[in-house]
Amino acid sequence: MIKFFLMVNKQGQTRLSRYYEHVEIHKRTMLEAEVIKNCLSRSKEQCSFIEYKDFKLVYRQYAALFIVVGINETENEMAVYELIHNFVEVLDRYFSRVIMFNLDRVHIILDEMVLNGCIVETNKNRILAPLFVLDKMAES
Amino acid sequence: MSDVVERTLSALPGLLGQHDPGAGPGGGPGRVSATSRLGGLIRSITALSSKHEEEKLIQQEQTNLKATVSAPTTTLRLMKECMVRLIYCEMLGYESSFGYIHAIKLAQQGNLLEKRVGYLAVSLFLHENHELLLLLVNTVVKDLQSTNLVEVCMALTVVSQIFPREMIPAVLPLIEDKLQHSKEIIRRKAVQALYKFYLIAPNQVQHIHDKFRKALCDRDVGVMAASLHIYLQMIKKNASGYKDLTESFVTILKQVVGGKLPIDFNYHSVPAPWLQIQLLRILGLLGKDDPRTSELMYDVLDESLRRAEINHNITYGLKALTYVIQQDPNLALQHQMTIIECLDHPDPIIKRETLELLYRITNGQNVTVIIQKMLDYLRQSKEEYTIINLTGKIAELAEKYAPDNEWFIQTMNAVFSVGGDVMHPDIPNNFLRLLAEGFDDEKEDEQLRLYAVQSYLSLLEEEDTFYPQKFLQVMSWVLGEYSYLVNDGDPEVIITKLYRLLKQTFVTSETKAWIMSAITKISSRMPCSKTVDKLMQEFSTSLDTCMRQYAFELKHLCENKELMKNLLPLDASCDEIMVDASLSFLDGFVAEGLSCGAAPYKPHHQRQEEKLSQEKALNFEPYGLSFTSSMSSSGFTGRQSPAGLSLGSDVSGNSAEIGQKETNCLKLDSVRKLWGKEGYLPKKETKTGKEDKTQPVPQDSILMGHVVDLPLTQSEQQVVSLSEEDKEKQQLASTLFVGLGSNNTISLMGKADTTPQKFKKKSKISETQNSKETSSFQNIATLPFSPLPDTAPNNKENFQGNEHLGLRKVSLSSSEVLEASVSFDTSQSLTEAVLDEKLSNCRLSASSLFADSNIEVFQPSQSVPDIVANKAPLSLCLPGELADHPHSEIVELCSSDILTMYSCKVWTDDRLLLILFIANKSISPLKTVTLVFESAEHFKIFESLSCHFPVIEAQSMESCQKCVQLEKICTEGILSGSISYHLDTDTHLEFSLTFSLSDFIRPMKITTEDFGKLWLSFSNDVKQNLKMSPSQGSLSVVLNALKEKLKLHIVEIIGNEGIVACQLLPSVPCLLHCRTHARTLALWFRSSCSALPDSLLYQCQKVMEES
Repeated sequence: MIKFFLMVNKQGQTRLSRYYEHVEIHKRTMLEAEVIKNCLSRSKEQCSFIEYKDFKLVYRQYAALFIVVGINETENEMAVYELIHNFVEVLDRYFSRVIMFNLDRVHIILDEMVLNGCIVETNKNRILAPLFVLDKMAES
Repeated sequence: MSDVVERTLSALPGLLGQHDPGAGPGGGPGRVSATSRLGGLIRSITALSSKHEEEKLIQQEQTNLKATVSAPTTTLRLMKECMVRLIYCEMLGYESSFGYIHAIKLAQQGNLLEKRVGYLAVSLFLHENHELLLLLVNTVVKDLQSTNLVEVCMALTVVSQIFPREMIPAVLPLIEDKLQHSKEIIRRKAVQALYKFYLIAPNQVQHIHDKFRKALCDRDVGVMAASLHIYLQMIKKNASGYKDLTESFVTILKQVVGGKLPIDFNYHSVPAPWLQIQLLRILGLLGKDDPRTSELMYDVLDESLRRAEINHNITYGLKALTYVIQQDPNLALQHQMTIIECLDHPDPIIKRETLELLYRITNGQNVTVIIQKMLDYLRQSKEEYTIINLTGKIAELAEKYAPDNEWFIQTMNAVFSVGGDVMHPDIPNNFLRLLAEGFDDEKEDEQLRLYAVQSYLSLLEEEDTFYPQKFLQVMSWVLGEYSYLVNDGDPEVIITKLYRLLKQTFVTSETKAWIMSAITKISSRMPCSKTVDKLMQEFSTSLDTCMRQYAFELKHLCENKELMKNLLPLDASCDEIMVDASLSFLDGFVAEGLSCGAAPYKPHHQRQEEKLSQEKALNFEPYGLSFTSSMSSSGFTGRQSPAGLSLGSDVSGNSAEIGQKETNCLKLDSVRKLWGKEGYLPKKETKTGKEDKTQPVPQDSILMGHVVDLPLTQSEQQVVSLSEEDKEKQQLASTLFVGLGSNNTISLMGKADTTPQKFKKKSKISETQNSKETSSFQNIATLPFSPLPDTAPNNKENFQGNEHLGLRKVSLSSSEVLEASVSFDTSQSLTEAVLDEKLSNCRLSASSLFADSNIEVFQPSQSVPDIVANKAPLSLCLPGELADHPHSEIVELCSSDILTMYSCKVWTDDRLLLILFIANKSISPLKTVTLVFESAEHFKIFESLSCHFPVIEAQSMESCQKCVQLEKICTEGILSGSISYHLDTDTHLEFSLTFSLSDFIRPMKITTEDFGKLWLSFSNDVKQNLKMSPSQGSLSVVLNALKEKLKLHIVEIIGNEGIVACQLLPSVPCLLHCRTHARTLALWFRSSCSALPDSLLYQCQKVMEES
């Protein structure tokens, strides 16, 4: 099961966070700080999985941005590793420019892909369909 | 795939360029305006340099937002923007609860995107039990009924994220309707919502299981995939209920793998990989421990593996390899060069995985190299978990394959100094036991001990070196026990060294106790010592009471060398020490005391009961605990395991008697640690108990006849053109993989024979038992790896062609093993079933239970009638359903010329039923027969205290049934009452019934693991040693007697230890740990109720005396 989904930059600033289990707000920031510290301490040659406390972190780095997913032992690391890339490809297809200022839309995309800690949709067309409809209606 | 990654990566800097200040125009349609304010906020925060500034800025922002959202003029469009900014603030860790209600409002009033953002904010802000969530329900209901599909979608999404459990009925019918919707997205989201309901309230969706099946067969892949989440959960809970679906899942997987899905489900040309994984997970659960179901899957699994893209993630491959070589070590040979490379990999995680792999292939020939690698890694790692894990493995391998004494001691020294105080306590315990118990060869033993002593002496030579406490404790014990083996050693020198340690500040008081005990032992073997004198002098004024105590003890012992030598014999750590638990040597003293008029001793429970009956006004129960601890036979009542009178625990007790202490610290055969801090340690136990048998490489069982012919030629050919460095690696490889190759088949087939084990323990268990245990262990060991689908989904993308074959083979053979283990299990459970049956058939005879009433009771029992006599006439019988339960015989309770009353106790699983029969012996009907119980202190009667029969016909019988509950714990109690009837005159008959605690005790069927957990959670304990009579030969005889008489449940018996669980109705658990030792039975009770252990102990005593 996926426990949380984070986008954090190299400076340790959170760009997106979605928790699939309730975590107190102040604990979230602490957790995020530790998570990014863990990721930053690893080199390019090292593998993308970190065992952290009672769960695992799966991360990928895109330029200055880390996408880190916390999972428990029942989840498949490789599945999540590829999920991250799938997510980035979806973002790539939807946004033509900066996504950071579109926090709401990134969330909407993520909500289509992951629900309750489960991967629910990975088909790019289907992930984006609801959002495209919303955009179209907003235009008209 | 790699160029796709490249392309994406090159596109990303612009895409994710959070520093790009020029962001703004050029975004997608409608995506610009919304970004501006949030963009401003993000930019200004990114520009800040300190946390303090950030706090200030956010506070400012929050004030603004608060004003804006509460202003009535704020448009929904602006509100939406505010929500996104609030989401951002919360994401940075600043709570913005003032906005929560506005998020709900926005979801309610907003239009499309505004509504969606409102829902999004709600799902991010609120948690499952938040009270505001109820306000969302109406909006959701409205949107679910909307004609706008976008709104329906949103509502379904939010329901599947967060929804108040108690409001599910409000939306459930609407969502069920959506399962028939024509649009796939609506059906899919409806299934997702139902999945959420299944997670939070499974019984609310029980009635729609049929519809789940429909969803599984939906013509749309997405809907089918969504239903798999529900099935995975349901199958996890109850795999056997869904075996019939196996073929459906197999068919689906076949279609997915065969590329039958629409092309947009492909991910980098792999058809729906996540869906495949999900299906494999489900098949894994269905096929687990079920060869027949597994059979259905093999083809499709093979197919999926063959089609899986070869993907190289090194850790992952290693992990897969680790799984695989557990089945077939030869596979490691194919990859030896990769493994060698991984050993030097800069990533510690990969290194660790490699060591894990090496651990699996260790044998007598490569052990030194592998352990060297492990120690190297260990010295670099700082993480506690890694240290614990690795020290355990090293110690295990060292003990199993050590080539010689020196190497073994050196390795263990390294383990102790690096593992220090974090390693598992079993390691030093086992090490010391190994030294103490020795092996079959006396001479070897002595050499090992001598070498240990010498090595410790040289370690202590170096001053100012820091050693972990555990290591110092091991050293002290070994020096104390075996330093006499050093012929030319001067004990004075050793004592001086130990004395120097005592003065060190880093040495804890626990370790000091070990050192003192070592000094005591050594000084018993020498006439007199200046250092000892100095030490006694110094510590007899120590502020540390324990040290002072030790010093005084030492002083007294030194004054009587004879006694000291008796007390501390040479090399006797393994000798059984007789402890007279009954303290009979005090008999003279007691007699003297009694003759001087002292009050006789009363056991604790008796005192307590007397107190209770005398002073009803006050309840003394809470103070029971302190009595308990003073009662307990062993000096300490720490929350330690009974068997863990481990080497560390002797200090926590007081050392009033050094002899007692010696029992604790030296009787090493009791160190077998069954219950550790974490509860029961079954796996550890099997390891420590039978190191020599339980090799974690169960290849013997699997590889029989499957030894794949893998010649080394492949790697030999590679040697031709190798650089210097590669040659080194090759060399390392040859040392690491020695003993694994096909040229070594013989050693694989019967490793134990070819590589004789260095430290073969003296086997204390009979050979047959051993072999039985071994086979069971092997079965267990193979089980986790055997269900192929379990490993396959994880690894599928990483196997290379030739591995597929290997895995396939393994899976087949493992299924055979599985079958074998299944049959083994059934035979096991069969015997148990027979036992159970025996138990339930054996109605507790009246003699055993009613004998109780013949025994003196604490209360003067004037009114106890003659119950045992007068068996009831045969015509009396219990109603059918009750007769099936164990029950007492029907006995007469009271009688007159006209009426006789009989009673019978029925012990059902969850209560004690009292059946009363009232027989009218006269020839005329009896009128107004009334039965009334007096209210009793200890018992409660349901439903009422009385029972009324308007009339009992002539020569006929009536019965009534009462449920009795124990209100207040007592070992035995009396329930009295009277029966009155009218025939010419009013007649009144009195009766009384005796209940014993055992009437209210029922077996508690728990597993050993649960026992361990429960044990630690209880605080009330009572310990007592009981003498066993010769007829009570073994522990199992005693426990079976207790089981029969007291209806206890024997959880497990291991050797001379047993654990037993029972519960006092309705559900107060009580656990019992028993250990036999030289004709004494040490009982240790624990319960959540303070009075229960005492009373139960009393019952056990009685049973013991009687049998």
